[in-house]
Amino acid sequence: MREKPFAITLDVGSSLANHTGTWRTERPTYVHLMPPCNNACPAGENVQAWLYEAEEGNYEQAWRALTADNPFPAIMGRICYHPCQTACNRAELDEAVGINAVERFLGDEAIAQGWRFHQSETLSGKHVLVIGAGPSGLSAAYHLRRLGHEVTIRDLAPLAGGMMRFGIPSYRLPRGVLADEIRRIEDMGVTFELGQRVESLEEPLDAFDAVFLAVGAQLGKRAYVPAGEAAKIVDAVTMLHDMEGEEKPQLGRRVVVYGGGNTAIDAARTAKRLGAEEAIIVYRRTRDRMPAHDSEVREAEEEGILLKWLSTVQHADAGKLVIEKMELDESGFPQPTGETEELEADSLVLALGQETDLSLVEGLEGVEIEGGVVKVDERMMTGRAGLFAGGDMVPAERTVTVAVGHGKQAARCIDSWLRGEEFVHPERPALATYDRLTTWYYSDAPHKARPLIEPARRQGTFDEVVQGLDERSAMYEARRCMSCGNCFGCDNCFGVCPDNAVKKLGTGAYMYEFDYDFCKGCGLCVEECPSGSILMVPEEG
Amino acid sequence: MTQTHESAAHDHLKFYQVGSFAIGNRLLPLEVRSVQADPERNNAITSGHRACQGCGEALGARYAVDAAFRAAQGKLVAVNATGCLEVFSTPYPETSWRIAWLHSLFGNAPAVASGVAAAYKAMGRDDIRVLGQGGDGGTVDIGFGALSGMFERNDDVLYVCYDNEGYMNTGVQRSGATPPAARTMTTQAVGEAPGNPFGMGKDVPRIAMAHEIPYVATATVADLHDLEAKVTRAMEFRGARYIHVLVPCPLGWGSSSHDTIKVARAATQSGLFPVFEAERGDVTAVSRIRKRVPVEDYLRLQKRFAHLFTPERDEEVLAKLQARADRNIARYGLLGPDGDIEEGIAARRDELEGEGAQ
Ligand SMILES: Cc1ncc(C[n+]2csc(CCOP(=O)(O)OP(=O)(O)O)c2C)c(N)n1
Ligand code: SF4
Ligand SMILES: [Mg+2]
Repeated sequence: MREKPFAITLDVGSSLANHTGTWRTERPTYVHLMPPCNNACPAGENVQAWLYEAEEGNYEQAWRALTADNPFPAIMGRICYHPCQTACNRAELDEAVGINAVERFLGDEAIAQGWRFHQSETLSGKHVLVIGAGPSGLSAAYHLRRLGHEVTIRDLAPLAGGMMRFGIPSYRLPRGVLADEIRRIEDMGVTFELGQRVESLEEPLDAFDAVFLAVGAQLGKRAYVPAGEAAKIVDAVTMLHDMEGEEKPQLGRRVVVYGGGNTAIDAARTAKRLGAEEAIIVYRRTRDRMPAHDSEVREAEEEGILLKWLSTVQHADAGKLVIEKMELDESGFPQPTGETEELEADSLVLALGQETDLSLVEGLEGVEIEGGVVKVDERMMTGRAGLFAGGDMVPAERTVTVAVGHGKQAARCIDSWLRGEEFVHPERPALATYDRLTTWYYSDAPHKARPLIEPARRQGTFDEVVQGLDERSAMYEARRCMSCGNCFGCDNCFGVCPDNAVKKLGTGAYMYEFDYDFCKGCGLCVEECPSGSILMVPEEG
Repeated sequence: MTQTHESAAHDHLKFYQVGSFAIGNRLLPLEVRSVQADPERNNAITSGHRACQGCGEALGARYAVDAAFRAAQGKLVAVNATGCLEVFSTPYPETSWRIAWLHSLFGNAPAVASGVAAAYKAMGRDDIRVLGQGGDGGTVDIGFGALSGMFERNDDVLYVCYDNEGYMNTGVQRSGATPPAARTMTTQAVGEAPGNPFGMGKDVPRIAMAHEIPYVATATVADLHDLEAKVTRAMEFRGARYIHVLVPCPLGWGSSSHDTIKVARAATQSGLFPVFEAERGDVTAVSRIRKRVPVEDYLRLQKRFAHLFTPERDEEVLAKLQARADRNIARYGLLGPDGDIEEGIAARRDELEGEGAQ
């Protein structure tokens, strides 16, 4: 041993011998919380997870992560009312992340690049019939196929898509996009039997291992409007459906649409594009009470659609309508005032809601119907074993995205049922609320809106109104994501630890490890984690 | 994924989600990432040191020394004054230091550092760089004569002061860097004017500037990129250089151990601690306030200012402290462009990242 200097008796040692981890009473732990966007998505998309891939330009991985839950990003990116953006935490900082625009970019990119779904490796030998080729049925077919089942999908219409084809106008959803995303499901080996009416359920329930019923709500609600013989009255569902045929609806120069939902807006905007000089929406309440989505109303107004609030149609005659003024009572209900006026109208389009055609299930043993929709249990099964139902025909909000979510849910429940198991919902982690974030770290970045084509250019054409984002803007928008409740690899924990008690294992999310030998439990990493992905938990004992 | 996409995105898009506010960032180009983001960083002070939980000084010293170590390509000798940094890192016979490191006395670190620099100069070793470091007590009070001499002679030393605004290692006594109104063991929160009196104390970064040495800067543990950039810049000069780093002390300030960085951030965002750089006596850049907060947001995080809020608010003292912050804001132009003062790294960063937002 080397001789020691004056007054030195001990060899020099490293402080690594001193395990300061014993000071700790609480330990930091990496967690995955529920981001508000994911939480709000009716289709159960892991929005944060696919944005993470898009942030890096890994668009195919992003698309694959997205389509694990929803096979229709190009469609969703156009017609979903994006509750994810309403829930987005970034709205509290500046503006919500344009999730929907990024989704559309990914969907369009997939079409352009010809990305395909992977085939499932093993087949179950089970065969499921899906009745209805709308969003819910298609989504169920897709997920069942991914789970390895044989799937046949039947629909009365000659083309698949349901309301996405026969209800949503093409200026919102170009038919080419729709066809591309449906074809991809067909390519997975799902059998489409189109133009076929299912007469009864008894035979299919025998022939298939399970049946998923998703025929939607395709009948326009009939409200009684007293009318003269020559009055032209059509319902919006039929009118929009006819847009897909050879013979376009003849509505005349002045068209009045009665109703306040998205269908009413679709009908009015379509009428305008068919050449109507005037399209007026008559609604019995006020604008803020309209069930129609705000952006739809705004775009309609830009296109010159007139909106008439607090009015009901009292009588329809050839060329004119009698409108009665309403006023809201204390509880916000419209009450008649007795005051009337006349309105010129060549046709009246009724957009007063939709109903389900229940003829298939009426009288079917075990199946219960309540309030015009089919009752299902939490596993989406009707009272009849093996018969599942979803989409607009079960009690729920009626949007395409909800229907897609039902399809996924039904597929999982059917899969479990076919294996004789009960589907258990995976436990939901705690919500990554805004107060859990340390927003200081996010760069200032205003939201990038999607361009719209000029209102003047929209009339008389069914060209798509909302344009997509280019790659650069889509990536920019993706990078605005704060990754709420989920690590995104910012190195803050690794950097701010005064005790070097965080190890960095690589680049990217969750590539860190705590060294509990030395972590003193100060909690700095928790406080400075931008996304709130670290929590302190008490030490045991 | 197509190749064009990757290159296009990475070449032209300069918006990085957390940009350079966070320690690292998987989206940032490698050359702009911080030293601390590197899994192979030196860790000048290794684990097992006995600093309190959440100690800002332990953190600030690792930030500064690792950056200096990189700039010196590993040929670095540090001279340390007595104080927490020395005591918690070297209880005999253990050491946390992974660099050549020397400790002599409380008040002589700048003099010893000058001596080490002179020795290497005599040996013709200009590749070995010298770093002096100490707490605020060791620097602005007891070591101040030695420091001023080191400045005056323009000795080739980078001196870093870790300012936790008091003599923490001996139990939180007042120093010349303790802010007015703060409670310490020697300035108790009692009597007519509780806490440290107004009208005392020294502004050592400005005193250093008055020596017209090549480089003076202030920094905090709340902005790592800024701190590293300043250490790196300082190492480009020869001669005397001084960096004054604010390092909150949970024990002495009565703040939560998890709030150390938050407290430092509030100090900068309120204007109480101005962050700037100066060369040869002139301010050359300031870090602008990004999200301004009232001084109260800073004070409330610390028990040493609790007497300003309980049993009742001391409006007069709060106003005086706010006035101090406002004076800094005006003096350094912390809120916006100010004639010839160039924008600090924070503003340059906006420029770097703003592009995607157009
Ligand atoms: C000449 C002399 N006087 C007093 C002390 C006792 N002493 C040791 S550390 C210290 C305070 C150090 O304060 P500061 O320099 O601010 O460092 P901190 O501990 O706050 O980091 C004192 C007073 C000493 N070591 N030498
Ligand atoms: S007393 Fe303050 S400076 Fe000293 S080790 Fe504790 S926290 Fe750090
Ligand atoms: Mg001190």
